[in-house]
Amino acid sequence: MKKSFLLSAAVALVYSQIGTIQAATDKEVEVVHWWTSGGEATALKVLKDDMQKRGFGWKDSPIAGGGGDQARTVLRARVASGRPPEAMQMLGFNIQDYAEEGLLGNLDSIASKEGWDKVVPAPLSRFSKYNGHWVAAPVNIHRTNWIWANKEIFDKLKLTPPKTFDELVAVADKIRKAGYIPLAHGGQAWQEATIFDSAVLSAGGPKFYKQALIDLDPKALGSKTMEKAFAQMQKLRGMMDPNFSGRDWNVATSMVINGKAAMQIMGDWAKGEFLKAGKKPNVDFLCFQYPQTEGSFTFNSDQFAMFKVGDDQAAGQMQLASAIMDKGFQEKFNIAKGSIPARMDVSGDNFDACGKKSMADLKVALKNGSLLGSFAHGHAMPESVKSAVYDVVTKSFNNLQVTPAQSVQQLVKVVEDSK
Amino acid sequence: MMTIASSPRQTRAASFADWLEVRLPKLVLAPSVLITLVFVYGFIAWTSILSFTRSKTIPKMEWAGVLQYAKVLGHERWHVAVHNLMIFGVLYVLICMVLGLLIAILLDQRIRHEGTLRAIFLYPMALSFIVTGTAWKWILNPGLGLEKLAHDWGWSSFHFDWIINEQMAIYTIVIAGVWQASGFVMAMFLAGLRGIDQDVIKAASMDGASLPLIYWRIIIPQLKPVFVSALVILTHLAIKSYELVVALTGAGPGYATELPSTFMYAHTFTRNQLGMGAASAVMMLLTVAAIMVPYLYSEVRGPRTSSH
Amino acid sequence: MSSKNWDSPQMVQGSANRWSRVIIYGLLIFFAAFYLMPLVVMLLTSFKPLSEVYAGNILKLPAHWTTASWVKAWGEACVGLSCDGIKGYFWNSIKMVVSAVGVSTFVGAMNGYILTKWRFKGDNLLFGLILFGCFIPFQIVLIPMAAFLGKAGLASSTSGLVFVHVVYGLCFTTLYFRNYYIAFPDELVKAAMIDGARFFRIFFRILLPCSGPIITVTVIWQFTNIWNDFLFGASFTTGDTAPITVALNNIVNTSTGEREYNVHMAAAMIAALPTLLVYVVGGRYFVRGLMAGSVKG
Repeated sequence: MKKSFLLSAAVALVYSQIGTIQAATDKEVEVVHWWTSGGEATALKVLKDDMQKRGFGWKDSPIAGGGGDQARTVLRARVASGRPPEAMQMLGFNIQDYAEEGLLGNLDSIASKEGWDKVVPAPLSRFSKYNGHWVAAPVNIHRTNWIWANKEIFDKLKLTPPKTFDELVAVADKIRKAGYIPLAHGGQAWQEATIFDSAVLSAGGPKFYKQALIDLDPKALGSKTMEKAFAQMQKLRGMMDPNFSGRDWNVATSMVINGKAAMQIMGDWAKGEFLKAGKKPNVDFLCFQYPQTEGSFTFNSDQFAMFKVGDDQAAGQMQLASAIMDKGFQEKFNIAKGSIPARMDVSGDNFDACGKKSMADLKVALKNGSLLGSFAHGHAMPESVKSAVYDVVTKSFNNLQVTPAQSVQQLVKVVEDSK
Repeated sequence: MMTIASSPRQTRAASFADWLEVRLPKLVLAPSVLITLVFVYGFIAWTSILSFTRSKTIPKMEWAGVLQYAKVLGHERWHVAVHNLMIFGVLYVLICMVLGLLIAILLDQRIRHEGTLRAIFLYPMALSFIVTGTAWKWILNPGLGLEKLAHDWGWSSFHFDWIINEQMAIYTIVIAGVWQASGFVMAMFLAGLRGIDQDVIKAASMDGASLPLIYWRIIIPQLKPVFVSALVILTHLAIKSYELVVALTGAGPGYATELPSTFMYAHTFTRNQLGMGAASAVMMLLTVAAIMVPYLYSEVRGPRTSSH
Repeated sequence: MSSKNWDSPQMVQGSANRWSRVIIYGLLIFFAAFYLMPLVVMLLTSFKPLSEVYAGNILKLPAHWTTASWVKAWGEACVGLSCDGIKGYFWNSIKMVVSAVGVSTFVGAMNGYILTKWRFKGDNLLFGLILFGCFIPFQIVLIPMAAFLGKAGLASSTSGLVFVHVVYGLCFTTLYFRNYYIAFPDELVKAAMIDGARFFRIFFRILLPCSGPIITVTVIWQFTNIWNDFLFGASFTTGDTAPITVALNNIVNTSTGEREYNVHMAAAMIAALPTLLVYVVGGRYFVRGLMAGSVKG
């Protein structure tokens, strides 16, 4: 028994040796991410190639599923095991949560050398910095208050992008009568929250959005305006097909691409899917702002947070951070991904019409103070509050028995409880 | 039972061997016991302690009293989860038992191709919902699956859209759960049926008792240990069910199909609420223990009446 | 282990009327159809070209049978940034399963042997303690286990994963063997002792040769559980060391515009084949083993 046990232990040990030999290639940087769909993977490959040119290996650890939920689980296990990856794709407040625990490294040396502070807008670097120190490198800026539309359907029915919510309702009616699905949607909590972003912004304007979703002011949260936002969202649900349950966002996007559905409310990563399918903006598809959110910009930004690791690995991290912040990379990457660069000094010449519009709007929004973190994507409130609000939103969306007034009441309560 | 054959020709070495022989069983068993103590009970203790702290993103030993329990118990989503577990648990266990017994009895009627049929009923147990999830989603989705199929075949009034209906979605979880586990229950009952003494049954049928009556009066009562085992196995499977929900509905629509296991997982791993996750885990564990401990007690007390 | 008359006919009397046979077969076929449906859907879809997947319904036969999806899933589908299919992960899983099943089954057999044939004071209590481990929700051990693996230097390795599966499989294997050996006649063991046989000799020469059915049950059970595990695999491995379930999840969630459902289904079928094979080949022994060991009252 003992012998066999030892033997099996030895066998196990051999396996582990094989494992470590493979893993311990010099100068390798492990990157955990959840960018596995087409447009995203293409975009990431740009970064991988860049790193190889700089003489570093790229250890790819993709963990697909659930908008990063699965990846976050893995990260927790990795942190507990004392072997965090060198870099991890992260969003908004999650970066701050990990920084608060003292788990992230310090990128100040490279940041000051390359002058990141001058080129990254403050509402964004608020998430990349903790206590004034750079802990993450932002890759992009996504905008979430977009509507993506099939141009053929719009042309055929002689429709123009709606300017008000009532117009949107009228447009949806016409589309429905013509036999198309007005709005494509996937029934996952984060997609519903994405719609809610726009509904709140539309119902109350940028100031209200900030008071309610960023400052978490109970008065704004419990207001009649907030009721209007919930009412809008419930009306939007009426524009969808009944089979949205559990559908992934890019499946919904392909419904618009294929002309089954006319519109989708989604962040600009959806554009990556259009481009991948060989569609061109303003020729095959339209991009416009959710009604009454023109001029405002709800954003989220993918960043790579760098974990605290040994000095020998830190060199690779610095290179990765530098590669991410490289102007050329930011341009190439964001053209492929559908977003716009995180640094303001990249020229928009090579971007398509939607990208150009996004970059122009960003500058305006930055000036007017209407560049706002997206609630749905973790850039408005801490993770624990966010998920509580998610519950209220998704409940209201999926159960039309719940009145907007009830949802608002619930909203005030859960925010108070989870603060 | 532990008798050592001793012979007069014992040498020193032999007596050492004897000394070892006495202790050997315990020595061999020791690693398993140690592993269990550390990796089961140690970790349970760790989780329990965590549930009394303020831990959010990472474990932090900052005493919080019963705060996390209060938070969980006051959480609307937890109420939904517990309510769902009742519906799911009761239906899942009941249907699996009834269906498992029924199929076992049918298969026990000198059926042709019994082996093939048995394999068909058993195979779902071999597959994880990670594998069958997409197929199940299709089947249940009204736009792709059964409803579309019925419409394509000309039955246009057929309606099956439970998976997108907040009120009904939990029942689709029951369907898929039963699909996976009932074959296993069938196998248990079949094994039980094959172990029953044929003479009693022959005698009964000589007395003119009808077949259903023989089953009802004589055979089924003899399967009592199988019922107990199946009940215990299914109940704990129901409480642990996780992949099932994730693969089919992702706890949606909204959070209509949330179960305590998904609640616990979400709070621990994605919502940065370790403390709440731990508190809900402890409550789940207590529920499991309430069911398991009496069973385990009876299991180990009567060593001769072995029943899984 | 008294009456193992497996193939003995049950009590359908000679003059059983035809209608009851029709009803019995009808019901069985109906149930079989229900149980088979997901598998049929997966198989049919995996042999269809993508255009047919989108055009037809789930049970429509492929107009053009093709194995292209299988080839792609095995060797070309993209998992993250590398497009080498799932073959590498398939072998990862094989390595992991073989070691974990072997070790946990053997240790379980020894435990069962000791707990029934070398009884001592408190052995039942120890058995109860071990057994409770079967019933804990595994999510609660993820974080402390990760911390342990990190300290032990086993993090992100196949051997770490094997260790985890052995630890949490022990309770099941011990249960199965203990319940099987308890019915094994003590007299045989005693007789062997009188003949001078010792601890290991008795196990290997007397109990083990009679353990066929229960070994089959245990191996099937462990093989399926470990092969199908996703939670541990996803949490304790990274990149190239991931088992097939994790890779499958990545493939299914990796998509370009239109999802290649046929490739997803083929990948799922490849991931399912080993366990299916084990059940189809071993299924007969599985029921027999259940009967011999663990279920009987």
